[in-house]
Amino acid sequence: MIAVQELTKRYARNTAVDHISFSVERGQIVGFLGPNGAGKTTTMRMLTCFLPPSSGKASVAGFDVLESPLEVKRRIGYLPEMPPLYLEMRTSEYLNFVGKLKGLGGADLAQRIAFVLDRCAISDVKEKVLGKLSKGYRQRVGLAQAILHNPDVLILDEPTAGLDPKQINETRDLIKSLAGDHTIILSTHILPEVEQTCQQVIIINKGKLVATDSVHNLRDRARGAGSVLLEVAARTGTLDAVAAKSRLEQVPGVTRVLSRDAHPDRSVFEVEAHNDRAIRGDLARTVVNAGWDLNEMRTAAVSLEEIFLQLTAAEKAAGVESAESSGSLAQAQEQAS
Amino acid sequence: MKNLWIICRKELGSYFVSPIAYLLLAMFAVVFGFFFWNIVGYFNNMGVESMTRGEMFPLNLNEQVIRPLVSNVSVIGLFLIPLITMRLFAEEKRTGTIELLATSPVRDVEVILGKWLASVLLYGGMLLLSAINLVWLFKYGNPDWKPLAVAYLGLFLQAGMLLAIGTFISTLTRNQIIAGAATFGVCLLLWVAEWVSGYESAGWAKVLAYLSVLTHFESFAKGLLSLKDAVFYVSAIFFGLFLTARSLESLRWRS
Repeated sequence: MIAVQELTKRYARNTAVDHISFSVERGQIVGFLGPNGAGKTTTMRMLTCFLPPSSGKASVAGFDVLESPLEVKRRIGYLPEMPPLYLEMRTSEYLNFVGKLKGLGGADLAQRIAFVLDRCAISDVKEKVLGKLSKGYRQRVGLAQAILHNPDVLILDEPTAGLDPKQINETRDLIKSLAGDHTIILSTHILPEVEQTCQQVIIINKGKLVATDSVHNLRDRARGAGSVLLEVAARTGTLDAVAAKSRLEQVPGVTRVLSRDAHPDRSVFEVEAHNDRAIRGDLARTVVNAGWDLNEMRTAAVSLEEIFLQLTAAEKAAGVESAESSGSLAQAQEQAS
Repeated sequence: MKNLWIICRKELGSYFVSPIAYLLLAMFAVVFGFFFWNIVGYFNNMGVESMTRGEMFPLNLNEQVIRPLVSNVSVIGLFLIPLITMRLFAEEKRTGTIELLATSPVRDVEVILGKWLASVLLYGGMLLLSAINLVWLFKYGNPDWKPLAVAYLGLFLQAGMLLAIGTFISTLTRNQIIAGAATFGVCLLLWVAEWVSGYESAGWAKVLAYLSVLTHFESFAKGLLSLKDAVFYVSAIFFGLFLTARSLESLRWRS
């Protein structure tokens, strides 16, 4: 449905989007993930024909964004970060105007307006002036505007930004329920949002594509190289952490043992192995045979956030900006949980 | 073409939803009424004087009422036109609705012409209000309607040009005040550019004088349909709208 090849956007001083390639199948929800300033909005703007690419190609439903922009525009619904509302209009007036702009008319338009009013739960503000609506309602009117002409592709730029937790959940549910009829790309810097709503993730950072995979695979990938957390404790007295560590290292299949947390009487180790499931028994036996207690053993849970940080870690040297972005990620995590 | 009307109707709608349109119309009606009252008063005075002195002054409604009146209207336009055009694109840029227009299946040309046309129609509405006064001229006098029509055509063309320039300037900023002030400055300069011809006859002075809207309005005010001046206005309208299109396009490359 969407094909992007080597898409690049250069400005006078910087490159906002740097040779990005990906494709999206019909009916999928794809999360476009990255810290603020990663190039998400720029990429979306190129897909919606708002910005022309500096080089590379992008096509929507088989139409190139540069060669046949009108055809592309007919097939996309776009919700920019700030919902594009004419604040002096009433909701119904606004939808009427947008519908006509998108080429709808007559009974068709009336029917679609009735549909989106119901679908986005904005019937009760139908005759209200947009400027007087709350942020949540404005966002929903923005979404209604995007799906009004029943486009093949929906492009949503941070659709849940600035909403309260209840509104966030409602919006996510709404987006999920739209997935059957539309191909959806949504950008976000909130990881749980992607985990909850999307099937596929495209991670970009500083304009470059970091990873593109299904949410499922991405988590597996991180877990495959993943590790087991062990809490080992002495029955009495103090635990010889160094001895415990070397014992664990001798277990066949273990590649690395890291000391995570040390107390006089107990220590937490992170054990990395090629196949963490197969060696769990060996690890347990080793600990118990050595006369220690095994307080806890669990898979080191990997959230998308960690994957994200791992994948973008290479560029962490750049300092301030990534500190900022991980700050916003932590914030996002808090907000979502 | 259909899209052009959709945009135009939406623009007119926003003029009339906010107090802008009513304010402009009211201001124009009051100021025009004042001018009319004064000029007619002066004209009457001359008429009375000519009777008491027993000499017949050449009294002509077209020459002595309509012509100065029309020139005054074109001055009022200078002040009101920036107020009409300043929000056209600046507001869309500020609120982000420009993204909606730019990602809808509408051509830039349709957006620009739709907006410009809405501003011209609002100006036309103002001119229509002046008819309330002119009706009395026809009722109690017998002015020739043809020069009047030509003068109003001139007003329309001149306003069309200044509105096109204002539309262009509105694409350059997201701040309405800046757009309005800059438009006023440019309109004023285009107005007075003709002054240089008073003391200078070099080539540059001729060019400046030619660019002045005042130079091209003279014949219209007299009621003479001058093709040369009409062509000037029409090409200036095209030029202004062309600049608007370029500016909108460059917005996309820069933003």
